[in-house]
Amino acid sequence: MSKSPSSRRSADDRGFRLGTGFFALLVVLLVLGIFIELFRTSNLSIAKFGFRFWTGKVWDPVAGEFGALPFIWGTLYSSILAMLISTPIALGIAIFLSELSPRPLRTPLAFLTELLAAIPSIVYGLWGIFVLVPLVRKLEVLTPVWMKKIPLFSGPPLGVGMLSAALILAVMVIPFTSSVAREVLKAVPASQREAAYALGATRWEAIQAALRYGRTGILGAVMLGLGRAIGETMAVTMVIGNNPQVSWSLFAPQHTMAAVIANEFTEAADDLYLSALIEIGLVLFVITVVINALSRFLIWSVSREVKVKVEPPVVPVPAEPEVAA
Amino acid sequence: MKPIRILLAAAFAAVAALPAATVQAQNVQINGAGATFPYPIYSKWFAEYNKLHPEVEINYQSIGSGGGIRQLTNQTVFFGATDGPMTSDQQFQAPGPILHLPTVLGAVVPIYNIPGVNTQLKFTGKVLADIILGTINKWNDPAITALNPGVNLPATDVTVAHRSDGSGTTYIFVDYLSKVSPAFKSKVGVATSVNWPVGVGGKGNEGVAGLVKQTPGSIGYVELIYAKQNKIDYGSVQNMDGEWVSATLESVTAAADAASKAMPKDFRVSITNAPGKNAYPISSFTWLLFYESPKDKQRSKIMVDFVKWALTEGQKFASDLGYAPLPPEVVALEMEALKRIKV
Repeated sequence: MSKSPSSRRSADDRGFRLGTGFFALLVVLLVLGIFIELFRTSNLSIAKFGFRFWTGKVWDPVAGEFGALPFIWGTLYSSILAMLISTPIALGIAIFLSELSPRPLRTPLAFLTELLAAIPSIVYGLWGIFVLVPLVRKLEVLTPVWMKKIPLFSGPPLGVGMLSAALILAVMVIPFTSSVAREVLKAVPASQREAAYALGATRWEAIQAALRYGRTGILGAVMLGLGRAIGETMAVTMVIGNNPQVSWSLFAPQHTMAAVIANEFTEAADDLYLSALIEIGLVLFVITVVINALSRFLIWSVSREVKVKVEPPVVPVPAEPEVAA
Repeated sequence: MKPIRILLAAAFAAVAALPAATVQAQNVQINGAGATFPYPIYSKWFAEYNKLHPEVEINYQSIGSGGGIRQLTNQTVFFGATDGPMTSDQQFQAPGPILHLPTVLGAVVPIYNIPGVNTQLKFTGKVLADIILGTINKWNDPAITALNPGVNLPATDVTVAHRSDGSGTTYIFVDYLSKVSPAFKSKVGVATSVNWPVGVGGKGNEGVAGLVKQTPGSIGYVELIYAKQNKIDYGSVQNMDGEWVSATLESVTAAADAASKAMPKDFRVSITNAPGKNAYPISSFTWLLFYESPKDKQRSKIMVDFVKWALTEGQKFASDLGYAPLPPEVVALEMEALKRIKV
């Protein structure tokens, strides 16, 4: 006799669970494998420089002296600047599309923003070289002398440099942040907005309520954009000037971790040099993991905060609609 | 029924014929990897050689000199190619002795963008080195104006543009500057990527050319071929004999002439700052790399035959693609050296 339907179903379930579990495990193994391989192949450089690799400012392939600080700095500085520029714009787009836009405009506008994400980064890079960089140079030439004394705006007007890199990254990140944020806002239950309107909220206040409701998701959208900015290589290397230095100046040419790997890997013939480049990859990996962990923590603490803060006012709220009714 | 039978028979015949056809052709694939600089001439050569010998297919991946050396050392490719000769250290790591064979010549030229200057500027090695080091940082510096009387050089800042990616072009350029300037040698040194004291980096020849074109007051360096194909003006450089020489295919070949008289047995020679009245000083060979005692005798035989063809018949393709052909003396020396490959 065949098995009873219920036992067959549970066998199917187990098989399904094992199958999907295996795929999930695959990701873990892959990440672990990447980490171990990066660690293994960079041991020459780790053994020679130790922690000095993280703080060293000199990158001299001829002398065999390698320090990653300028690249770490360049990656973090450019990504954070890009987030500062792109987040308000991306959220603005998301709010307009989900809350305010006339219905016929909604789909084409959303399509156009998402189209930005489909442009290859080399095209962004070329656009950067031929359009953005000359514009930035003009801006830098026009910078008044008193402003040039501020470290943020010091240096000759080259056009290529941190500002161009941050701007191009911002443009590249916007579609990611805005489309996820738009999905988050769309997922906010209509009852939230209706409740706000019922309380006599203005449109802006109702949107604020929706934003507050979806803030974990929106934070996630911003973090997704940050991840994209940190890893971007081609477009950045084409406009950042590729000069490894630690500088606050927006006008100074700088360098990033991803860019130095892409630039120098093919010609790195001696072992220590290659190992140092792979260690840059390891540093990038570690920093990405730390940033991801931090963003998880941030999202977790924000979502906990929502529960704590929202619960107490729940009690007096029902009283008001009754008055209104 | 009948048509089906015919079809079946035809199918069988086709299947039976397939293996026979492949055995007859005896295709040989040979893989190589390395320098990007000679890629246009190499791919031309491999295509032309394939026309003469349809059974031989040579694949070349232009992954960079460093990558070529590494893959040859790991024996994942049959031959390598490089713009800078292998160091003794690198040769020591390889499982067997490696033969360097110069194939064509290339050169690097200084390009600049100075508002109001349309004439060809003259540089000496020392001045060029000081500009790249950042010690000369204005275009009207007395050191530059002394070399260029009558040219109205403005008081603008100098912006140095260099390659951000590791490159044989950089190797040739810094090799020359290190020979003519002790300060450059001690502060920067020679490699495919170096620690530049000042300036901005562009990716590839096109990146550097783009930076120079767009930045008033800038100076950079690109391959002669690239400058020629894109009609970019470049400066002339004073050679060892004190002559100002503009890079042309003839002046690059002239630089190799001098070297051919004192060619070391392993061909690992730098011809930057070469002697000779007409020699352009920032010139270099580019090399193919082979194991002297390869395991695969069949492929070796083919490659030896290919190199013989490339050094003789093949040289005529060089100038069209912007490479300077080898002087006949060097070709003769290489023909002798090819006997060292044990086939």
